Amino acid sequence: MLNKLRIIGNGLVNENPVLRLVLGTCPTLAISVTVSGAVGMGLAATFVLICSGMVISSLRNVIPDKVRIPCFITVIAGFVTVVMMVVEAFLPALYDSLGIYLPLIVVNCIILGRAEMFASKNPVLDSALDGLGMGLGFTAVLFLMASFREIVGAGTWFGIRLIPEGYQIGIMTMTPGGFFTFGMAMAALTAVMARRGRKLRLQAECGSCGGCAGCPGCGGAEDKEEEK
Amino acid sequence: MRELLIILFTMVLTENYVLVQFLGICPFLGVSKNLSSAMGMSAAVVFVMTIASAVTWPVYHLILDPLGLGYLNTIAFILIIAALVQLVEIALKKYLHPLYKALGIYLPLITTNCAVLAVTLLNIQEDYSLLESVVDGLGAGLGFMLAMVLFSGVRRTLQRAKPPKCFEGLPITLVAASLTSLSFMGFSGLVENLFN
Repeated sequence: MLNKLRIIGNGLVNENPVLRLVLGTCPTLAISVTVSGAVGMGLAATFVLICSGMVISSLRNVIPDKVRIPCFITVIAGFVTVVMMVVEAFLPALYDSLGIYLPLIVVNCIILGRAEMFASKNPVLDSALDGLGMGLGFTAVLFLMASFREIVGAGTWFGIRLIPEGYQIGIMTMTPGGFFTFGMAMAALTAVMARRGRKLRLQAECGSCGGCAGCPGCGGAEDKEEEK
Repeated sequence: MRELLIILFTMVLTENYVLVQFLGICPFLGVSKNLSSAMGMSAAVVFVMTIASAVTWPVYHLILDPLGLGYLNTIAFILIIAALVQLVEIALKKYLHPLYKALGIYLPLITTNCAVLAVTLLNIQEDYSLLESVVDGLGAGLGFMLAMVLFSGVRRTLQRAKPPKCFEGLPITLVAASLTSLSFMGFSGLVENLFN
């Protein structure tokens, strides 16, 4: 039991997909403008993570190693389409606010990365829990960043006005604010970890995404070098 | 012609995928360390984006849409892009070896570049014609290239900077990206005024 809890906790803190593994930067930056959008995005990604993790893990002995990436992508794309249709039907406002980033969950490195690193090697239940942990970790970071950006940038939180009109820093809701908040969040985490005597090892050295095979710099590039 | 130029300039400057719309951030942060790899990656992206736009348009409008399968576009497009990247790689290897040498290692990485999938999906959403889609793909690619080249210069200067300990590495790079994207906000309104 404790072991299972550890898998979930792992995704939340130790291997937080956004701040520690630096996966899924695009949606993190783009969606953290409003808290409601961020939570919606986080939950959508969590659903895809859990389902695709379970399917991929149960098929892990069937999928041939050479074509595993296309297989993973197809499974993930299937679940993303399901999520898209459900959100479009029942939560049209969320569908509009997520826009293009909803279908782009397909190429979110977190999901492919976890499929490659965890689900393809572990049993079904563990993979589902890993998906849950990673998804919650992703949602938590999105929630915190969006809270900061929405309160400072728009003066509201979940649409409730906290700061009177005219006292906002509008730039925080725009693109530069996204990069800035993300950089600051990462620096803050590094500082906290350093104080607690733990060295934070960002796996961004290779290509800003920890080992997802298709992504620039890391797995993909190395495979390529070896072929030569 | 005027519409096409508007699309092109909008994609490169005011709606720049990387610095304004947050698409393709992974390669932007990962491969912008030096100018030559930044150029190689972005040339490969321009190439694949343009071809992907040209291929996905007929697939959607001639196959998926008439059959009422429009909702499958995400699955179909990601598979098309993956297959296309492989094909381009094989074709380049055989017929244009110098180009393959320059772009080779970057091509397989493009499949999971979210900017490529985004451009094909947005072409359908915006209801562009085939020609407009191709120009849109080209513009998005060129915008990516502009951002990469600019930022590789910024990063070279960053390497000599001495930030506080906790900012070393990625955090300071993100803050620098923030300032770079701030400069791109200066372009807003430019295209409308240029062509009207």
